[in-house]
Amino acid sequence: MWSLYTRRRLVNGVNLAISMLAMGFGLFWLGWILWTLVLKGAVAMKPSLFTMVTPPPGMPGGLSNAIVGSLYLTVFATALGTPVGILAGVYLAEFGQRGWLAPATRFINDVLLSAPSIILGLFVYEIYVVHTRHFSGWAGVFALALLVIPVVVRTTENMLRLVPHTLREAAAALGAPHWKIITLVTLKSARAGILTGMLLAVARITGETAPLLFTALNNQFWSLDMNKPMANLPMVIFNFALSPYDDWHVLAWGGALLTTIGVLGLNILARVLFRQKSHPL
Amino acid sequence: MLPSDFPNQATMSKTFTDVHLSRQRLLDRGFRGATRFFAFSVLAVLLGIIGSLIVGSLPAIKAFGLHFLVSSHWNPVTNNFGAAVAVYGTLVTSAIAMLIGIPVSFGIALFLTELSPRWLKQPLGIAVELLAGIPSIIYGMWGLFVFAPAFADKVEPWISDKMGGWPVVGPIFNGPPMGIGMLAAGLILSIMVIPFIASVMRDVFEVVPAMLKESAYGLGATTWEVVWHVVLPYTKAGVVGGIMLGLGRALGETMAVTFVIGNAHDFSASLLMPGTSIASSIANEFTEAYGKRYAGSLIELGLILFVITFIVLSLAKLLLIQLTRKEGQLS
Amino acid sequence: MSIQTSKEQLSPISQPPVAKITVRDLNFYYGNFHALKNINLDIPERRVTAFIGPSGCGKSTLLRIFNRMYELYPKHRAEGEVILDHENILDPGQDLYKLRARVGMVFQKPTPFPMSIYDNIAFGVKLYESLSRRDMADRVEWALRKAALWGEVKDKLKQSGTSLSGGQQQRLCIARAIAVRPEVVLLDEPASALDPISTAHIEELIHELKTDYTIVIVTHNMQQAARVSDYTAYMYLGELIEFGDTDVVFTTPKKKATEDYITGKFG
Repeated sequence: MWSLYTRRRLVNGVNLAISMLAMGFGLFWLGWILWTLVLKGAVAMKPSLFTMVTPPPGMPGGLSNAIVGSLYLTVFATALGTPVGILAGVYLAEFGQRGWLAPATRFINDVLLSAPSIILGLFVYEIYVVHTRHFSGWAGVFALALLVIPVVVRTTENMLRLVPHTLREAAAALGAPHWKIITLVTLKSARAGILTGMLLAVARITGETAPLLFTALNNQFWSLDMNKPMANLPMVIFNFALSPYDDWHVLAWGGALLTTIGVLGLNILARVLFRQKSHPL
Repeated sequence: MLPSDFPNQATMSKTFTDVHLSRQRLLDRGFRGATRFFAFSVLAVLLGIIGSLIVGSLPAIKAFGLHFLVSSHWNPVTNNFGAAVAVYGTLVTSAIAMLIGIPVSFGIALFLTELSPRWLKQPLGIAVELLAGIPSIIYGMWGLFVFAPAFADKVEPWISDKMGGWPVVGPIFNGPPMGIGMLAAGLILSIMVIPFIASVMRDVFEVVPAMLKESAYGLGATTWEVVWHVVLPYTKAGVVGGIMLGLGRALGETMAVTFVIGNAHDFSASLLMPGTSIASSIANEFTEAYGKRYAGSLIELGLILFVITFIVLSLAKLLLIQLTRKEGQLS
Repeated sequence: MSIQTSKEQLSPISQPPVAKITVRDLNFYYGNFHALKNINLDIPERRVTAFIGPSGCGKSTLLRIFNRMYELYPKHRAEGEVILDHENILDPGQDLYKLRARVGMVFQKPTPFPMSIYDNIAFGVKLYESLSRRDMADRVEWALRKAALWGEVKDKLKQSGTSLSGGQQQRLCIARAIAVRPEVVLLDEPASALDPISTAHIEELIHELKTDYTIVIVTHNMQQAARVSDYTAYMYLGELIEFGDTDVVFTTPKKKATEDYITGKFG
């Protein structure tokens, strides 16, 4: 009996120790990556990073065109994807009790949520870039919007489902039409959650590179024309990091640090705004 | 003073109400229609993706047929393409990622649900989710500039030395210490999928009714026994679902892999050698793919990737739904 | 409408009551479950009618037919007739919004909308009337006074409705329901989530409201039914067992089952 007891205690102890090591393993990588980013990115943190455009090799320069380009792409993609996502989410939560459309959409949406983002780039290339015959900011916006939609659909539906049913009934009992119940009562009481979903969606597309490869491409110059290729941080990081030039590497690290600060900041903001655990999307 | 009473609805101006109400009904129908339309558009996107990928890959499908799937040729000069090397690279790197990612994620989820002191739970949970939030291009860049040199310097010579001589599996670990290659790509992928799998596992572990765990603890079971014999069987479907979700991510991951896999369209037994994956082939070559057949081959690779991930993610989703049903029955 | 005539309408209880809602051969189904069986009932105008019975007996189901709240859910189906002033409200052509303007409802738990106290009341009114700012303010004040809440909230009308206490929230919901000026007010266990003092407030309120409105209340609390209602319907397993004057039902019930329930032999 004693030996069995000892063995059980031992197995327990060893496995729990391994579990702690696993936690440490995860934190180790997080720490290492963030440490590298800060160390290497800090070198690039000069005012010129924000004021000068991406340079040819050997010349002084910054990332201003890429930063502004990324902001443009993100803002437009969010503005395009969020309403679509919210309305589709409303359908799933409020009208989707009967019929096949809601379950099918919910299922497909969850698949799209984790689908490879490079495929979305290929899709937009096939249906938009091929026909307009040039890479453009709009193409990048469409690809990113396709990433925003599933995130917003999912959070909108989940948040609307948290709204107590009695609230809908109370509004219906006053004779409020369905659209007013939803816009003025349920969406309003779920707004913190939906805003969180929006922030998570923005965090998701910030730093996404793969969908931009064949859509927005990149632009070495200052350009705000959405019908032309558009500079953006992820593509600049990609191109500069894979180049043989040291000064480009420095700029790439600077861009990487900026992007990471942006993404992690948005994630934390979303969590503070809506204190509830959720899957990373 | 206020009037003691207002007239009731029945006596209210009838015309106003009627006009008003019929407008509301119209708006109602319009609103419902709009939400329905956008819900449908999500489905349309999926159909559009599949349709456009098929159309785009037609030149390659016509040229190579089913042979494309098994051919290991990839030669833009002779215009001869096959998917085997890229598919192999995708599967191998994802397998490595899963091999490392699953046990580590399980350990992290176990730590977060059963072991962590209360005050540490939230910060550690957030840390894991931050790891998930870091953009993949950052992993790639870090992998290329920081991880790969260290890996080539410290770890790979040791692997090649110690394990390269083993019977049967030896050739897998035998190779030059270059840092980049399929093993490095798999390792980086594992770091990327850990937070996804770990947070799903943590969430499903937390749905286990406290009473169930307490009754096992009440019998004198150790923490490990409770987790292994009670929590894990109870959440089996959810755990597998989480793993599939991670696998879906690993299969489709583009940027991190592109940086470190080496992009060589050659078969090699050694994991230390460079290879390629579907996503990184597309990322690297698509903008330079001249000729319909070359571009079509890349798009067909994309189609294969989409089909594989679609199946994996659908299974993940079905398993997670199953767990939710069980939860509903018990509560 | 002058105060004179409205006084006359508040005629003494002794006058024989007119039926406001007439229920004929009503059956209700949740999918395949037969929840209400052949209900026949006259609900008198400007009186309080209480539905009592053990949980699951169908009293809330019956109440929710009067404003067709069940329509929100698929597979819920009602057959028979429910006549509100000569109009069958189960008629598929019946306008739901109009019906709900005439039949207000207050729920088990307070349901303040996520907006200010003022807007909570104005929300319902705006659905049917476009009032000037001044008239709307008057209406809000009137409704809050009717619900005996004005004194407590008059200085914080811009605050969120959710900032009130539970009892105040419930009176806010009553004010919201009567601000639309319905003819019938349905109360679904309106005091079940409240403390005794708030409950007393609500009961007083019901007493005052019946001079203007036809009130139907579902309650699981028999003392409450006895205190507030003029008529009582006892239901069991989807059937209406007994209906009559509250005094009669509580003191000399005709059916053995009613007596058993009221004297606490079961349920």
